[in-house]
Amino acid sequence: MRALRQISLAAALAALFAAQAAAEEVPAPDWSFTGIFGTYDKAAARRGFEVYKNVCSACHSLNLVYYRNLQQIGYSEDEVKTIAAERQVTDGPNDQGEMFQRPARPTDRFVPPFANDVLARLANNGALPPDLSVIVKARKGGADYIFDLLNGFVDLPEDFTVPDGMFYNAAFPGYAIAMPPALSDGAVTYADQTPATVPQMAQDVTTFLNWAAEPELDARKKLGLRTMMFLVLLTAMLYAVKRKVWSKLH
Amino acid sequence: MATPASTPAPAPENAVVKWIDQRLPIFEFVRHHLKDYPTPRNLNYLWNFGSIAGVMLVVMIVTGVMLAMQYTAHVDLAFDSVERIMREVNYGWLLRYLHMNGGSFFFLAIYIHLFRGMYYGSYKAPREILWWLGLIILVLMMMTAFTGYVLPWGQMSYWAATVITNLFSAIPWVGDSVVTWLWGGFSVDNPTLNRFYALHYLLPFMIFAVVFVHLWALHTVKSNNPLGVEPKTRQDTIPFHPYYTAKDFFGFGMFFLVYLAIVFFAPNLFSEPDNYIPANSLVTPPHIVPEWYFLPYYAILRSIPDKLLGVIAMFGSILILFFLPWLDRSKIKSGKFRPIFKQLFWLLVADSIVLGWVGGNRPDELFYSVSFLTIGRVATAYYFGHFLVLLPAIASIEKPKPVPESISAAVGAKSKD
Amino acid sequence: MAETAAKTDEPGETRRDFLYLATTAVGVAGAVAALWPFIDSMNPAADIRALSSTEVDLSPVAVGQRITAKWRGKPVFIDHRTPEEIKRAEQDDNADLRDPEKDQARVKKPEWLVVIGICTHLGCVPLGQKPTDPRGEWAGWFCPCHGSAYDTSGRIRKGPAPRNLAVPLYEFTADNMITIG
Repeated sequence: MRALRQISLAAALAALFAAQAAAEEVPAPDWSFTGIFGTYDKAAARRGFEVYKNVCSACHSLNLVYYRNLQQIGYSEDEVKTIAAERQVTDGPNDQGEMFQRPARPTDRFVPPFANDVLARLANNGALPPDLSVIVKARKGGADYIFDLLNGFVDLPEDFTVPDGMFYNAAFPGYAIAMPPALSDGAVTYADQTPATVPQMAQDVTTFLNWAAEPELDARKKLGLRTMMFLVLLTAMLYAVKRKVWSKLH
Repeated sequence: MATPASTPAPAPENAVVKWIDQRLPIFEFVRHHLKDYPTPRNLNYLWNFGSIAGVMLVVMIVTGVMLAMQYTAHVDLAFDSVERIMREVNYGWLLRYLHMNGGSFFFLAIYIHLFRGMYYGSYKAPREILWWLGLIILVLMMMTAFTGYVLPWGQMSYWAATVITNLFSAIPWVGDSVVTWLWGGFSVDNPTLNRFYALHYLLPFMIFAVVFVHLWALHTVKSNNPLGVEPKTRQDTIPFHPYYTAKDFFGFGMFFLVYLAIVFFAPNLFSEPDNYIPANSLVTPPHIVPEWYFLPYYAILRSIPDKLLGVIAMFGSILILFFLPWLDRSKIKSGKFRPIFKQLFWLLVADSIVLGWVGGNRPDELFYSVSFLTIGRVATAYYFGHFLVLLPAIASIEKPKPVPESISAAVGAKSKD
Repeated sequence: MAETAAKTDEPGETRRDFLYLATTAVGVAGAVAALWPFIDSMNPAADIRALSSTEVDLSPVAVGQRITAKWRGKPVFIDHRTPEEIKRAEQDDNADLRDPEKDQARVKKPEWLVVIGICTHLGCVPLGQKPTDPRGEWAGWFCPCHGSAYDTSGRIRKGPAPRNLAVPLYEFTADNMITIG
């Protein structure tokens, strides 16, 4: 009896560990935008924008993107106007010489959460949340790394201690990151009603961030395919010409 | 067997052409140097890389000028101006990626071109000056690439500039003043960025001028060939047009297939992610690495513990190539007929690749319990040993294979098989 | 066999020439197509195009007041015309005008005149926006560079300018809001 209980306890623990391990290892998805035929899944990018807006933008700026760029991932002109107008922008000076606040327009850049780096650090324990406009290109591993990072806030292993104010992350170099785990299941309610699990949100926001870093990707690969096909044809013809010209030599 | 002789075609009869040529002989020039120009008939595809390099120079200048119309050289604006080019300028991403990867492919072509010269003895008499002009072009290219890499003002831009300019402090007595002078301040900052922009715009046109002289030297001594045997009769050569024009255009096609595949589908393959982080003078990146084409020199620099000697070794690795015609005393030009030289050549190629690999890694890191520093030191010693010890030694020891009488004899013998 | 005899080999020659012709044609087509991105990169970029319309709030502009807005880097004169100014403009519809245009054709709402503030002679910015500025004989605008005088409809009346002050594309998005461009 006792042996049976020990075995079942061991089995339960093993199952728990296996579940833990499975949860820790979320494989990076097959991104829609990789490969020579890759394009952005615009619905995913829009969901990713919702994640950015509702979660990340509290700390992270997106300074290189204009609100009007959002039309590229499928928002209408009116939707973009509404999204922009949710934030206030400093403008001026007016005729009285004063700076004033006005709602953002589509032609404005994304409004940063903090007016300057000093305020950003003060709000984040001295750490500076990096701007996310090109983060996917600025990290080794690109989209896969960002995805792994967002899924990497797993339980602290026994043999590791994290300095005060930092958090354990399995993907971050050195494993201790200043960013708290931002994503939790259901943190965002998607407009298209996709269930917002952490891996889902991580995947969507990574798609959005890859678009923010490489908005030209769709056009680049399309032009690339046409150019390569043309060049293959032309090079084949040039080879035929070369052979024809040189055949005269014997 | 009759071959299309390298006899010049009859003079043109077109009246307009005659009128122009009497005043400025451009048509005659083109006819003599591009059409009828006698070229060895046995050149292989390794000889395509000179013209490929020329095309890449034009690509770099054209894309560079277009980028210069949109770029702002100020520390507060540079990074954002490059991102503006990527995002807002029509086809800006294409211009940027063509220019960025064009630099890599330009160096790739030049390195193949250079190693071709080394294998076939193209540096030997009477081509010594041709070889030196080529090395001058290489040095100018390196200066151009170095100043250009600073312009996006990313983390690597800033720190590579800092590390390399700091090297000049190794110069005895005046070193620190030289560095301050280079910087225009007390660290790499806005004055440095501005002058690097000015130099980056200037240097390619100096390259252009030296290329012209390089071609002038080439047309004086004529091309070498895979046999290393100088053309003796008309049978040994063919007119440049249509044979080598056709072959060169095909070569451009093949080269551009690879180049554009990278530009369109893997444009950041050769770049460092850290350069997409805006420059920060207070944070040094964990790994400072230059672009791949500088890695071997970086490895040589870091293999010498003394700062000044390290700098001397780094520049020395290029300088030593100037002396190649006198270090390699063999009368036989082509590696094809020099069995020992051939092996040494391939060892040198392998050594250069090892140096590049070392340059991309941290010196303290281990490769199967050997530090990269140690590997780098061995590879550096071998590099200089190749030129200073091995090459001079084998000239007398080596027993060469029989060299053909002439190019046409060799080609004729081959076609009889 | 002598190579120069190839010219007599008719079918071979046609085949060979076709290959050369076709390859050259494809090559030239590619080169021309490759030229386009370089040329287009000099056209206005996306951020410039996005700023190509400007919104102006007209509510703070009193009757008789003139303001200058900036649109595509150019000054735009917005005149909240008084009834007298409107009457004067309409009365002169049939006067001897260098560039004949009816006042009604130059405005959407008669009390608002919107014109580009660049003299059509050689490009100076005419005076008349400030109450202390000279407005010329027809009480419109006066260009100090070469003496062109415009009326209250922005039409050229005297001086070297050939055309009336240009009316940009604009729209009333609300009673007191216009979008220019």
